[in-house]
Amino acid sequence: MKKVAILAAIIFSLPLLVSNPYYLNVLAFVGLYFLVTLGLTIFIGYAGQISLGHGAFYALGAYGSALLGFYAGLDPWGATLVTLLFTAFGAGVLGFFILRLQGHYLVMATLALNLIVYFLLIEAEEITGGVSGLPGIPPFCAGSFCFQSDLSNFYLIWGIALVIFVGVLKALGGRLGRELKAIKASEDAARALGLPVLRYKVGTFVFSAVLTALAGALYAHYLTFISPKTFDVFYSIEVVTMVLVGGMGNPWGAFWGALFLTPLPQILSSFDEYKDLIYGLILMSILIFYPQGITSWWEKTLKKTPSFSLFSR
Amino acid sequence: MDLVILAQFLLAGLSSGAIYALIALGFGVVHNATGIVNFAQGDFVVLGAFVAYSILVSWGLPYWLAFLGAVSLAALAGVLLERLALAPARSREILILVFITVGASIFLRGLIKEIWGKRPFSLPPISTQDLALGSFVFDPQYGWILGVTLSAFFLLHLFFRYTLWGKAMRAVALDAQTAALMGIPVPWVVAASFALAGALGGLAGVLVAPVWPLGFESGVLIGLKGFTAAILGGYGSFPGALLGGLLLGLLEGGAAYFASAYKNILAYVILLVVLLIRPEGLLPLARGQRL
Repeated sequence: MKKVAILAAIIFSLPLLVSNPYYLNVLAFVGLYFLVTLGLTIFIGYAGQISLGHGAFYALGAYGSALLGFYAGLDPWGATLVTLLFTAFGAGVLGFFILRLQGHYLVMATLALNLIVYFLLIEAEEITGGVSGLPGIPPFCAGSFCFQSDLSNFYLIWGIALVIFVGVLKALGGRLGRELKAIKASEDAARALGLPVLRYKVGTFVFSAVLTALAGALYAHYLTFISPKTFDVFYSIEVVTMVLVGGMGNPWGAFWGALFLTPLPQILSSFDEYKDLIYGLILMSILIFYPQGITSWWEKTLKKTPSFSLFSR
Repeated sequence: MDLVILAQFLLAGLSSGAIYALIALGFGVVHNATGIVNFAQGDFVVLGAFVAYSILVSWGLPYWLAFLGAVSLAALAGVLLERLALAPARSREILILVFITVGASIFLRGLIKEIWGKRPFSLPPISTQDLALGSFVFDPQYGWILGVTLSAFFLLHLFFRYTLWGKAMRAVALDAQTAALMGIPVPWVVAASFALAGALGGLAGVLVAPVWPLGFESGVLIGLKGFTAAILGGYGSFPGALLGGLLLGLLEGGAAYFASAYKNILAYVILLVVLLIRPEGLLPLARGQRL
């Protein structure tokens, strides 16, 4: 918890150092990705399942809260809340069916879900605006203050993300964490001990889906414009990549993965034509040499460094 | 309803289905050797098509050389992926290996963009004379696609049944450890499987490029179609790849005729329904029955 407090202090004081709105925007996006990877790392790392369909939940959060505002007249908070409840219900029903699938078949089912939602967003043009997108989404407001600037959205997103982060660390440190670990170690043994394995899997699926939809809603009311391109299969692959690069099953890995990979394409854009080549090489190298993720590498290096052990004494 | 037009759509669907079947078999061969999904499979298709473009159009060489060049270079890319990225990986965890191929796919796309640029290409047709069955006239490329694909499947069937290498690959697919104990050089078989997957992708690329223009990013979409076909038929199954591919193609062709706007959605909805009813695909693997 001390580490989280330090992290929170660093993050909340960052705007004092960074005043460029472009950098604040990138940092706010790290927060959005962190929300998604935090849920996903539990689903992948503990429940041992793979989803390449979380772009669909990201879309559900964004389009759901925007359209509820337009057609049901709900304010952004209410629209987000209703969307999250709907996502929880939908993911629960869906998860109950598709989480019986094994390995590649589950990958395909989640991929198919993402593709169906993506094509629906494009084809249902009268409702979603189609390829050209949906403009004019209102921002979140509290009283007369509206979260319109990059700075206020930075604080809104990171405030929510850090509260959830603390909750997740607490939950995983207790009984729930041990039960999930038991399922990861051996499903059959966990079942023999009386753990309802499928219910736990569906539970982690619903949790990660709701966090992703929350990130989607925050995204929509922050940018005030959404279009289908954001929610394609590449997004789903990207967030799983972040989880793996950070180190799956590790909530801190979710943070480092998001922090490392979110700005990487922008950093590499100075290499211009070689951008994709270098991005691919970095990704492959990390997964080949540090399959436990950059978090493990970083923890090991810290432990090996004698000066650090002097410090910690 | 115009039967001739419907038949045109179905024939076009069937020939795309043959392409999906080739790609699906590439997915299956790699799966049987290693248990992973190779996300770079679609990029092998684009690589093959672009190599063929250089040979045919830039250098003006004959078509058979384009086939040879595309298939061998894509096969080489497959071997390099396995030797340089997957074999040295420190983890044997499936998910990590799968995402190494995701990195490889991004790398390959960057490389293709670097060499051939961003512009989509299409290949000149193999033959230009339209074929006719009575009043039913069709593009000869469809004939080439179906003919070459079916021959490739037939030859591979003979290969897996009757040659030592084919039998070795089947043995590794069944149980790699026991195969190694029997003296089969498993690392070589795995490398050969990637070569075969690459070759199948390259072949699909040369065949499809005269009908669909391909850009450096097309690999993702076409790879997804092949993956879908493989799942539909039963992942890793040899007849399943052919059946899944042709069925997916026919579905798309039919959907394009009846409701063109929703044809993409329809294919995936049907896939989801199939997965819920038959979670192992249409022709699931019985133990010892792969390939």
